Amino acid sequence: MSQSNMKLYEVFVRGRRGLDHKHVGSLHAEDAEQALEYARDVYTRRGEGISIWVVNSSDICASQESDCDSFYDPLDDKPYRHATHYQLPDKVNNM
Amino acid sequence: MSLSTNEMNRSADEKTLEAEFQRRIDNEEKIEPKDWMPQAYRKNLIRQISQHAHSEVIGMQPEGNWITRAPSLHRKAVLLAKVQDEAGHGLYLYSAAETLGISREELIDALHTGAAKYASIFNYPSLSWADMGAIGWLVDGAAIVNQVSLQRTSYGPYARGMVRICKEESFHQRQGYHILMTLMEGDERQRKMAQDSVNRFWWPSLMMFGPHDSDSQHSGQSMTWKIKRQSNDELRQKFVDQSVEQAEAIGLTLPDPDLRWNEDRGHYDFGEIDWEEFYSVIAGNGHCNRDRVAHHRRAHDEGAWVREALDAYESKRSAARTA
Ligand SMILES: [Fe+2]
Ligand SMILES: [Fe+2]
Ligand SMILES: [Fe+2]
Repeated sequence: MSQSNMKLYEVFVRGRRGLDHKHVGSLHAEDAEQALEYARDVYTRRGEGISIWVVNSSDICASQESDCDSFYDPLDDKPYRHATHYQLPDKVNNM
Repeated sequence: MSLSTNEMNRSADEKTLEAEFQRRIDNEEKIEPKDWMPQAYRKNLIRQISQHAHSEVIGMQPEGNWITRAPSLHRKAVLLAKVQDEAGHGLYLYSAAETLGISREELIDALHTGAAKYASIFNYPSLSWADMGAIGWLVDGAAIVNQVSLQRTSYGPYARGMVRICKEESFHQRQGYHILMTLMEGDERQRKMAQDSVNRFWWPSLMMFGPHDSDSQHSGQSMTWKIKRQSNDELRQKFVDQSVEQAEAIGLTLPDPDLRWNEDRGHYDFGEIDWEEFYSVIAGNGHCNRDRVAHHRRAHDEGAWVREALDAYESKRSAARTA
């Protein structure tokens, strides 16, 4: 079967109420409704979740790991953003 | 007066939905954006989350006030990083509020007209460098006590926002405490500056937890809906208990002659808050109320051209795409 008319969808599943939806994989489908049904069949056969999101893969805008240096830099030279950077008296060090 | 069959059915449905909603909450399940929820729950959440968001954003002003006058490049970088975090917290919270069906414009507008409140602590001025210490230690400290408790709030997006925020808050309190600790290791004038700052910020920090449980107008319903998980007085007590030892460790005195350990309760007793001051500041009569909102309004207005430019750029691009 040709998949030429099918679009790629990314699938996100919420495992439990209160949790974020988590990316679990992708699949091809004609439209979003069908993608939801496929996702149900493929990704939630063992009670994996209570809510599914499907998103057109082409709608996802992603940064590349190779861009890290120019995109996020500088990170490691800002240790003061971490709580552990501040040496406090022993008595209160669990602040 | 008689109800039509339609209306009776609707209110019966509503009762079923409401029972199911409360059952979830009693079961410690989160409520998610697309779930049915009572109108009053939605309204109450919008009020609380937006008030929280406004507090993060308005809270940048007293600290922003000292960025250009930080005593060293290091302290300046730290303060910038902290204020930047607070802007991020505002964003997380506005986004959580928006999942309830209100727009960012409406939220900002309510801040500008005074229909929405923010934490009254930010209506106090930051007069000295030591205030950056007292604000981090006490104001962020009090906020953290509240936010840790809210990680278990019943609305999913709010709870998840709180988890993210708490992770980032950990350095805020410690950098503030570190400022005070350093001043307390300094000379007489520096120690005085630190103590003066704590004297001014201690009581307003206690007020951050709101009125006594017996006088709190939103508390009962908020607890049943688990929007709030611990009462104002419980949280305030927790904050007092943790602060006493922290003050002692660096030689600071908390300005309350009634503060003493109560063996029977296993907690510190403390003096009565000046509630007249609390309500007066909320009513708009703090030192900085008008300034804070006017400043926000100005920044918002002066940024209008950026939002318009983005809009214009996007229309141009989508026109090009369809052409
Ligand atoms: Fe805050
Ligand atoms: Fe914050
Ligand atoms: Fe903070």
